[in-house]
Amino acid sequence: MRPSDYPPSFSPAEFIAAPGEAEIEVGVLIVGAGPAGLACAIRLGQLLEGAPELAERLGDVPVAVLEKGKQPGSHLLSGAVVNPSSLRKLFDGRVKTSDFPFYGRVEHEAVYFLTPKRALRIPKPPTMRNHGNFVASLSQLGRWLAEQAEDAGATILPETTGHALLVGDGRVRGVRTGDRGRGKGGEELGNFEPGSDVHARVTVLAEGTQGHLTGIALDRFGLEGENPQVWALGVKEVWKVAKPLDRVIHTLGWPLRGGAKYREFGGSFIYPMGEDLVTVGMVVGLDYRDVELSVHDVLQELKTHKLVRKLLEGGERVAWGAKTIPEGGFLSLPTRLHAPGLLIVGDGAGLVNVPALKGIHYAVESGRLAAEAAFAALQRGESPGRRGALAGYDAALAQSFVWRDLKQVRNMRPAFGRGLLIGGAMAGAMTVTRGAVPPGNARTERDADHELIRTDRAKRYPAPDGKLTFDKLSSVFLSGNQTRDDAPNHLRVRDRVAPEVAELWKRMCPAAVYDVGEEAGDGDVHVAVTPSNCVQCGAITAKGGRLTPPEGGAGPEYKLT
Amino acid sequence: MKLLVLLEDHEGRLQKDSLGVLSKAASLGGEVEAVLLGSEVEGLAADAGKFGAQRVHVQDDVLLGSPLPQPRVDALETLVRDGGFDAVLFAASVLSADVAAGLAARLDAGLNYDLTDLAVEDGKLVGKRPALGDSVYVEVGWSSEPRLALVRSGTFEPKESGGSAEVEKFEARFQDFSLAATMVEQAHEESEGPSIEDADVIVAGGRGLGAPEGFAQVEELAKALGGAVAATRAVVDAGWYPYAAQVGQTGKTVSPKLYVAVGISGAIQHKVGMQSSGLIVAINKDPNAPIFEYADLGVVGDLNEIVPKLTELVRARKAA
Amino acid sequence: MKIAVCAKYVPEATAARRIDPETKRLDRSGEGALNQFDVNAVEEALKVKEADSGADASEVVIVSVGPERALEAMRRALAMGADRVVLVSDEAAAGSDLVATSRVLAAALEREGADLVLFGQQASDGDGAVLWAAVADRLQRPLISQVAELTLADGKVRGKRQTEYGYDVIEAPLPAVIAVSDAINEPRYPSLKGIMGAKKKPQETVSLADLGVPAEEAGEPGSRTTVEALGDPPARGDTVKIEDDGSAAEKIVDFLQERKAL
Repeated sequence: MRPSDYPPSFSPAEFIAAPGEAEIEVGVLIVGAGPAGLACAIRLGQLLEGAPELAERLGDVPVAVLEKGKQPGSHLLSGAVVNPSSLRKLFDGRVKTSDFPFYGRVEHEAVYFLTPKRALRIPKPPTMRNHGNFVASLSQLGRWLAEQAEDAGATILPETTGHALLVGDGRVRGVRTGDRGRGKGGEELGNFEPGSDVHARVTVLAEGTQGHLTGIALDRFGLEGENPQVWALGVKEVWKVAKPLDRVIHTLGWPLRGGAKYREFGGSFIYPMGEDLVTVGMVVGLDYRDVELSVHDVLQELKTHKLVRKLLEGGERVAWGAKTIPEGGFLSLPTRLHAPGLLIVGDGAGLVNVPALKGIHYAVESGRLAAEAAFAALQRGESPGRRGALAGYDAALAQSFVWRDLKQVRNMRPAFGRGLLIGGAMAGAMTVTRGAVPPGNARTERDADHELIRTDRAKRYPAPDGKLTFDKLSSVFLSGNQTRDDAPNHLRVRDRVAPEVAELWKRMCPAAVYDVGEEAGDGDVHVAVTPSNCVQCGAITAKGGRLTPPEGGAGPEYKLT
Repeated sequence: MKLLVLLEDHEGRLQKDSLGVLSKAASLGGEVEAVLLGSEVEGLAADAGKFGAQRVHVQDDVLLGSPLPQPRVDALETLVRDGGFDAVLFAASVLSADVAAGLAARLDAGLNYDLTDLAVEDGKLVGKRPALGDSVYVEVGWSSEPRLALVRSGTFEPKESGGSAEVEKFEARFQDFSLAATMVEQAHEESEGPSIEDADVIVAGGRGLGAPEGFAQVEELAKALGGAVAATRAVVDAGWYPYAAQVGQTGKTVSPKLYVAVGISGAIQHKVGMQSSGLIVAINKDPNAPIFEYADLGVVGDLNEIVPKLTELVRARKAA
Repeated sequence: MKIAVCAKYVPEATAARRIDPETKRLDRSGEGALNQFDVNAVEEALKVKEADSGADASEVVIVSVGPERALEAMRRALAMGADRVVLVSDEAAAGSDLVATSRVLAAALEREGADLVLFGQQASDGDGAVLWAAVADRLQRPLISQVAELTLADGKVRGKRQTEYGYDVIEAPLPAVIAVSDAINEPRYPSLKGIMGAKKKPQETVSLADLGVPAEEAGEPGSRTTVEALGDPPARGDTVKIEDDGSAAEKIVDFLQERKAL
């Protein structure tokens, strides 16, 4: 049995609308105030500074950025160790590296293979070289980039979702934003505020992982590549600690199981954030098969290992969050990242280098290149809605280090689908030959297509003690999530499923949204859903359901993630 | 040290909380006086002596007949300026909170509010109050006299110390602006139970009730205890009880003297809405329910067996 | 008609709040937001403005005392439809208690000359409860607090005040000070146009000197209360845990009687 046996009721056509009257007109509309979207906004601001006539032509709001969270940064989460090269390029000397909101240079790094009792230091894989990189909180970086974007003239619109794509005559005309103030049954409450139709000459989708409109656009314009996208789920915490950590740590092995049948590809990261903070996170591919696997609980288990416990001793958990990461890499990229009037950037496009655990600097570079392509098309006076007008973006991306890096490591992740030992050996070969060996391209399978198995994995999860290990509900609380209880359910899942699938979702979800509900007859059960817990990580979309954006402003309020 | 305590009255009786503050003041030593402001309230003044007042100042005036704050500020100003009081104490209520703050502005006097304890150190009044959702306690002081203190409702119990008070009438003049607000219609005691925000006792039901019908026993117990009914987010979501009764992070925050949690697991989203309750009693069949970590009395058992019996016993003991 | 709403800039989400061990006050150095209870007051002000079909267009002014970055948080009120923000931002005002804050606010409100002054129910940071009563006294205006329903007619305001005993109906002539409860309305979501237009609306920053308030009358020197020490809450005591053997109901009643809760 597979989760994909129970597809949700969802049709991309629901989220396409005809343009109609413009309620609001902007020059370039960017959906998502993450590193890709904000880099795009910043670069556009720089270019428009030197092109006042074009700026005027674009109207009162030349660049607008929609953000579904309460403010930029509220929904941003990553490790993160950031390669500063793209940011330097973006700011072109106007901002010193010391002004970037980073925590510190990576001085020492260590990779460990964990067993339940030991931590074996292993040589750093060549893909994981972080010399010259910096530790950062993506949420804080996003907030800082938003300030720079506003200084560069962009208008940021928080608490606003991109709900539907406005498409007319085969081109993207803009975005319809989401309604606010609907009740559980979809009815209009007293303070109902309908969404608005925002028309733009160019729409840039920078929604990050599981981007809603990105998925709609890929479907509408037939851009999906041959290989389906696959994801990993990352759950992380930030801790205030008594003694500073002096190195960036990655671990493989325990608590994940290396056998091929489990498909538990992933590991943990532990990064110092300045002198008194440490972030620890667990990342696991969502192609896992065990019904009882819970990444949140595996993270709790990880913390009980003496290597990690020692680092957190005397400390206090101050943040928690979860988010998916697109892991298909080069093989899962869409066939192209532009369409008439449309550009797709960042994690939404899948620009992540999994073996190196890097995506932020690719997001920034893709945003920058998208800005240049949009600017060029607008300056030429041509309509960006014309076929091929924005093709310059794909061309530039193909020439950039983004393409080169992703191509080189393209087969690495699928190799690990065959287990740690084989995967490790293949990864070594790939690195040494810079991707020439093995030749050709591997294939990916949808995360929800893997047959489920059951082990008694859940027995090993530590009972939350409220000091070192924590339950999901208190973690959701810590994420600052205050989603309205009476909001409509934004999660599409089949109501009646096999009990194994309900339990899979229950364990999978880091925010305890799903539970096994009442019996539904024929051995099936209902799925109980508490949508107000949702931190919009996107795991459900990978594993058989579909996340759509809830009303603007809902969800977590990350600050340190 | 000379203390003044504002006594409130309602429907012919001195308000319990004010008497509690008066009793506490009396226990602090020094001179303790009370003040009673209203219309046709003189008869209540003598009672204050039983609770520790040595003297009761009364302004009996039809203009004080309605529970409006601003004329009371005028009256207290007169009394305090002439009376040489070191501190003026109030039991918090909708009315007295406005009076205390208005008086603070009038006299340029410090007001500490939401106090849960009072003490005397070096002959001066000091207070304690909770902060950050009761997770931290702060010791507060004043830098000048008189010291105005607003005490959290229900903090002190009235204690008769036996004694009698001298009743002294006074007449303060009211400012024009103080009389500008007028009572069109005054509230009467509601015939239904108290709202959950004001209730001294709350019985709350959660998913452990099993079905919406489970709330019938919750309501019975609440009635027997003279309290209000509350519900968790989970059951409100499921439509078992109205949202107005929801307690928790996305519902109401309550701090009754007694909170009885029936069939509630007590995750933090619920806890933050009721953690400052005086006494927490939890009944749940799951021995690992988080609520058992912060309840004062945790009962592991079947609520369907326990709650009806409990309701009967409460009725019996209350009747006795 | 000019309506002034007193809004407070408070530290953000509950989970992240801390007390600064040095100053022993709430750590306000982090991110902040518009106090959620004041949003009800803003909404009510907008409702009054919309209902006012008088000759002069009504104006809704947001008045706040806080650090410079409070301006950004106040923008939410502008996005909802308020017309202007006046922020009293002065280092000398930091650390003000009720007495000092009410003095500064009253001075700012006098400068505005509003017909109606609105406050929200309380501040989510635990400070400033009943500030309205102190301000009303300084302005020498009638006050109605805990208002769950507000109506205006013929230069008078009528409020349904929520008390422990039910609802009073109180009337006062304008100009008046009203403190609204969070039950009074469901605040509107700002429209996209509103969010976009917020930044362009006038946002004025004034100092104590602009208000004619001497520095000694604000901040710590102007305050009359102090914070002495921080401590842990009185321990709740260990949970008494029992398993029902048929006698749980009796044990509960005994427990309640012992603790005088019956």
